Amino acid sequence: MSSTDAASPVLLAVEGVTKHFSGVTALSDVSLDIRPGEILGLLGENGAGKSTLLKILSGVMPPSSGHITFDGADYHPSSPQDAKRLGIVTIYQELSLIPTLTVAENIFIGRAPIGPLGLVSWRRMEEDSRAIIARVGLSIDPMTPVSALSVAEQQLVEIARALSLKSRLIIMDEPTSALTETEVQRLLSIMDRLRRDKVAIMFVTHRLEEASAICDRMTVLRDGRLAGHLDRQGGPIALPKIIEKMVGRAASELYARPAQRAVAGDVVLSVRGLRTVRDPEAPHAIVLDGVDIDLKAGEILGVAGLVGSGRTELARAIFGADRIAAGTITLDGQPIAPASPADAIALGIGLVPEDRKHQAIFAALGILPNFSVASLGTFSNGFGFMAERRERDALAGFRKMLSIRMASVEQAIEGLSGGNQQKVILARWLARDPKVLIVDEPTRGVDVGAKTEVHQILVQLAARGIAVMMISSELPEVLAVSDRIVTMRRGRITGEMPGIEANEEKLMELMALDKRDTRGPDAKEQAR
Amino acid sequence: MSVAGEQNQRGGINITRLLMSFGPLLFLAALVVVFTVLKTSFIDPINLFNITRQISITGLIALGMTFVILTAGIDLSVGSLLAFCGMVAAVVAKGGTANTLSLSTSGTQGYGWFAALLAAVVVGAAAGGVQGLAITRLKVPPFVVTLGGLTVFRGLTLTISNGGPISGFDASMRWFGTGLIGPVPVPALIFAAAAFLCHIVLRYTRYGRAVYAVGGNAEAARLSGLRVDRILVSVYVIVGFFAGLAAFVLSARLNSSEAVAGIGYELTVISAVVIGGTSLFGGIGSVGGTVVGAALIGVLQNGLQFNNVSSYTQSIVIGLILILAVAFDRWLKSRVRR
Repeated sequence: MSSTDAASPVLLAVEGVTKHFSGVTALSDVSLDIRPGEILGLLGENGAGKSTLLKILSGVMPPSSGHITFDGADYHPSSPQDAKRLGIVTIYQELSLIPTLTVAENIFIGRAPIGPLGLVSWRRMEEDSRAIIARVGLSIDPMTPVSALSVAEQQLVEIARALSLKSRLIIMDEPTSALTETEVQRLLSIMDRLRRDKVAIMFVTHRLEEASAICDRMTVLRDGRLAGHLDRQGGPIALPKIIEKMVGRAASELYARPAQRAVAGDVVLSVRGLRTVRDPEAPHAIVLDGVDIDLKAGEILGVAGLVGSGRTELARAIFGADRIAAGTITLDGQPIAPASPADAIALGIGLVPEDRKHQAIFAALGILPNFSVASLGTFSNGFGFMAERRERDALAGFRKMLSIRMASVEQAIEGLSGGNQQKVILARWLARDPKVLIVDEPTRGVDVGAKTEVHQILVQLAARGIAVMMISSELPEVLAVSDRIVTMRRGRITGEMPGIEANEEKLMELMALDKRDTRGPDAKEQAR
Repeated sequence: MSVAGEQNQRGGINITRLLMSFGPLLFLAALVVVFTVLKTSFIDPINLFNITRQISITGLIALGMTFVILTAGIDLSVGSLLAFCGMVAAVVAKGGTANTLSLSTSGTQGYGWFAALLAAVVVGAAAGGVQGLAITRLKVPPFVVTLGGLTVFRGLTLTISNGGPISGFDASMRWFGTGLIGPVPVPALIFAAAAFLCHIVLRYTRYGRAVYAVGGNAEAARLSGLRVDRILVSVYVIVGFFAGLAAFVLSARLNSSEAVAGIGYELTVISAVVIGGTSLFGGIGSVGGTVVGAALIGVLQNGLQFNNVSSYTQSIVIGLILILAVAFDRWLKSRVRR
């Protein structure tokens, strides 16, 4: 079915590509190749370097060193447009279609067919579009606005557009993460059809089974380096092999587990049967489907799950940021129903959100207002005037305690490194002395050295009796700091285990595999 | 002046930072020098106080507009709202619409200047509050809501005044527009006091911090526990209040409330705020900047008039300076980022 035989010429060859970002090496000496009519899986954990490689291939940025050839010629695209022109199209998770335009307009954007009078020929555009989308198995009216399509359909339109541009390599970045099971199957069968048409596909995914089912070969990255290539030899590539390559033999020393701490205290936060509603404006967003979770004083509960597993939604629901459809939350034995983050904060809950830039920091403001924004009441007097002396003293204390490196508290926070920004955000919550602190991807965009510091801070906080819930898709991190770990997939809890008993293989299985997904909760249901 | 940090990581940026903070002020100083060289009488105290009187009306509204723009909002209705509040003040001052054109200040059965002032600011604040609610509850963008407000308030003004002016107020009310304390015009004093108050609120209070936070990043503000919608409504209440206050002062100065008052004021007001360095994207700016921006426009208008430049040319110059001021600000910022 595939043409991985060495005889067919290599379409894209990446040789020894390295990429540095201001001192940090994101990608180091990575090589791979792909042939026409082949589906190559690109796998690796978060931070393994997949997105950096993708950005280089799609023309967003050049490599620091290394060599890339495409179709026998040197390949250095100057922009994503240039990459497209050369025949490599990348389809990102955030789709690039213009929602207000029709399918046909999107396909022919910038190259609409022109009629005899020099005007756009709508009829030809419609007819051609119909033929183009038929290639990916879509039978919708090409004059439908894109906003009316599902995410899956939009993806297919993007693929169709790529094909109509005579693309020879289509890179798909996590194409299945927002799709339902049937939509995934449809996408996979279309990928198979494209393979027969001699299109090369690079399939970047977290979903191991899907990768195993469709890929001819896989390239696995780990910590910015090549972890190895896997080949389909007769049958699909076995999952344990992939997992082994992804996680490596031993977790990196950076995540050395701190000594086991004293046993956690009483249950502080308890969640039962939590469900969220489908937002009509985001029909494909993840909804929570009956989540039960307990959080004890002085423990760090690790929540492991892939993007789209519902972990962030769980945090937001507890924090009052999203609407809850059903279920109960109790804090210190009292039922609570936070209708807004302000309510949750008043009750003693803090959240360090996953997207620091958009959800946590006030980029242009100084460090001082960034620090005190959640405690304006504490740092002001009865007349509403800021008690700036007290505010500065408090910040100075946290600056020392968390070793926040800054030139001055007047400095705009955007001038700090990611790690120091995150410490300011942690200080924002610590100033409130919360009972429960939820941290969502606490070390995303934080450089390696500072990651360890953030982990140590979380351990310290737990030691002070705060109930810490840490959401992360980086398994070594979850393993390093959690006292207890739960895994999530598709809006459900799929497993729970003490931190010492967990390892990456176990967690990865619970997070990524469909078998468990159905078995886990069902078994639980029967047990009741 | 600017909230953005003044720290420099590298040498040489100091001057850039300095220009970012004091650029408009330096430009204002340069303008004063140029106009003085062109005509020495420009620097005459009488003329300077004249300028302060001229800028106080739009300046007052610009103070309120600073709050709005700091939250990344905009209020296009202020000119019409000024006319409306002025008309309300006139009706209250004269005890009805019966003797609208009587210029006599005696024998009116009005309710006095205080009631007129109160009516103007209450109506202004309420009108702003309604617009704020429309923005937060109905989720209509501020631009659209206040564009609607612009025509609605003008229509209301014309309705209650029947299209004409209401003139003739008693001396105690006129004092607020034409009076002097020492050499200083009363409107200028009102403006100065209001500016001081606004500066204190924005710089030193909890509320001020919240305004910057909401404008800097509304989602982060919400996730930090701020009641974002309430703060948004409040800034429209504030700008409405100042439109009412400005209306009272203007009516007092002209001894008349005109149905066509304040047309185009929104543009002068927004220009003053933006020239003063407040970012239309929210989160960055200051009252000091707005005062300088308002003064800059005032000096420019007065100075050009002084040198017999036609009002047509004046608007060309002011428009160009608005664009250049923002372009210059952008350029400085790009230098800092690099």
